[in-house]
Amino acid sequence: MSTPERELTFAEAVREALAEEMRRDPNVFIMGEDVAEAGTPFKVLSGLVEEFGRERVMDTPISEPGFTGLGVGAAITGMRPVIDIMFGDFLTLTMDQIVNQAAKIHYMSGGKMNAPIVFRTTMGATRRSAAQHSQSLQAWVSHVPGLKVAIPSTPYDAKGLLKTAIRDDNPVVFIEDKMMFKMRGPVPAEEYTIPFGVADIKRVGEDITLVATSSMVQIALGAAEKLSQIGISAEVIDPRTTSPLDKQTFIDSAKKTSRAIVIDEGYEAYGVTAEIASVIAHGAFYYLDAPVTRMGALDVPIPFSPALEDLTVPTEETVFEMAKSLCRRN
Amino acid sequence: MTGNMESATGRRLERVEESKSEAQDVEHWLHFYEQMVKIREFEEKANELYLKAIMPGLTHLYSGQEAVAVGVCEALRREDYITSTHRGHGHCLAKGASIDLMFAELLGKEAGYCRGKGGSMHIADPASGNLGANAIVGGSAGIATGAALSAKKRGSDQVAVCFFGEGALGQGLLYEVMNMASLWTLPVIYVCENNLYNEYTHYSETLAGEVTARAKAFGIHAETIDGQDVQLVYETTKRLVERARRGAGPAFLECMTYRYYGHHVGDISRTYYRSKEEEQEWRDTRDPLKILADRLVAGKLTDQSVLDRIQAEVRSEVEKGMQFGIDAPYPDKSEVNQHVYA
Repeated sequence: MSTPERELTFAEAVREALAEEMRRDPNVFIMGEDVAEAGTPFKVLSGLVEEFGRERVMDTPISEPGFTGLGVGAAITGMRPVIDIMFGDFLTLTMDQIVNQAAKIHYMSGGKMNAPIVFRTTMGATRRSAAQHSQSLQAWVSHVPGLKVAIPSTPYDAKGLLKTAIRDDNPVVFIEDKMMFKMRGPVPAEEYTIPFGVADIKRVGEDITLVATSSMVQIALGAAEKLSQIGISAEVIDPRTTSPLDKQTFIDSAKKTSRAIVIDEGYEAYGVTAEIASVIAHGAFYYLDAPVTRMGALDVPIPFSPALEDLTVPTEETVFEMAKSLCRRN
Repeated sequence: MTGNMESATGRRLERVEESKSEAQDVEHWLHFYEQMVKIREFEEKANELYLKAIMPGLTHLYSGQEAVAVGVCEALRREDYITSTHRGHGHCLAKGASIDLMFAELLGKEAGYCRGKGGSMHIADPASGNLGANAIVGGSAGIATGAALSAKKRGSDQVAVCFFGEGALGQGLLYEVMNMASLWTLPVIYVCENNLYNEYTHYSETLAGEVTARAKAFGIHAETIDGQDVQLVYETTKRLVERARRGAGPAFLECMTYRYYGHHVGDISRTYYRSKEEEQEWRDTRDPLKILADRLVAGKLTDQSVLDRIQAEVRSEVEKGMQFGIDAPYPDKSEVNQHVYA
């Protein structure tokens, strides 16, 4: 009998990646609000300060631009900071440091300098946190040359991608869905990393391609299961990183299935879905039997009331219905 | 040691030592003078390149403020860090950048410090500790403070200097990082070059309260000095740097200074925000090069011919550097998407 696969929660996988990288490289340190004893409000970092001390798990004042900027300065002078930006919505506060400073230092200096830094942050609605704690802003950062963006959907991917992010010599925005922290999944105890720019086919199918990111991967897998019950075979692909983007895998899948829906929890307008849909529409144009379709968050500030908030994000049901209609099964 | 131990020989030796150290002092201050002349001459040529439409874009001239960059950077070691501003040529030169590579960068040439990709506002030279000029006002406050954090974490005794103008006092980032620098006793010196104008607006219209009170509120040692007196800037910075290096934490130094030109080279008609008389008065009575030169000549430490020779040598060096920049080739088209990622 083989040993049962080890399971971790998403939060445990993130914590394990950080701990392993901090043990491996003394230049790695964590900085952010309530990251030490509190372990963040999501308790993702619990226990790290006990192992690594407050010099390497540094609580900061509530000063997102300030500690993000300190991270950039530390990164270009030999350290590898992991900056904790509690809610993705707070990325807006740090934009100058991430976009104008970190992302451009390598290019602006003609390759003389670089900022190996990870900005860990969160995304995702349906937590009843209202408009300033629920956005999924991956499109904002994916738009900026010089940044890499990882957006894992499983504990396995979270661990492997985060280790890669920390070892990368560029600034990486690492976006975790705060609704997935308790999700369990297999994570081997052995060391592994996952390269950036390699999409993962989460489910193989023949009739329609569902490209989904982060929180939407589970939604797509749920929809695919429902679709299989009516005889539609859906392929689910997770880009895992929006920058770099593994374009070929989407194109090849869409060529095979002739139909594609792109699903991401960011806003639909000008969103990650727009970029990926355009890649598919261009790369698989002569193979398509239906328009490439996008599903993102409704273009409204995320409302508080559960009755309204639940209307803003794609669900298994809405993805199922969309796929069914694209496959002309009514 | 007692007085009766002194002999004629001893006293003579002492005098020799004295004159030796005086000579060293003179060399020292002449070097300061040369550095200031270098910046002045560089900026004159940069302006000329703009006026002759040889230089792409605009640039922000440092003329008038030379004593700040030179006084501060002379108090630093090569491995110490600086971050600079949109008005950064003086900081870069004072920290050790070479004239020819600076001109090449200003002209967008591949030989430039940033392969022509950064230009005037982004000159970076990590080899001389220059972590980069910055086109976001106050934008480098985090970087300088982070470099100080990094120095402390790595157990080095490097110090970081953050240069910024009084315009940056309106940016919140500065206060966030000063708070952390003080909390964590970081080796960083915030050098505020108060040249009186936030772009086209006198700072009295944009600034409430006292400048140094802002730093003092964080428990940061703060001083205001005459930024036209290079010896004073140097002595003060030296003291603050030594303090930071031994772990006594950050400091804030406001240097009162003046920019001779407009906000940028294209800001030529500027009487709507400051008078020609005011500009002339600063040039006549507060010029940092003149202040040092007069002091050295009056103290008979040097004479005008030495200063003239320095001026001539520097001018020729700057002209050569400018020609190097003009003659250097543009980057190949294939460069456009290189260095996006490390």
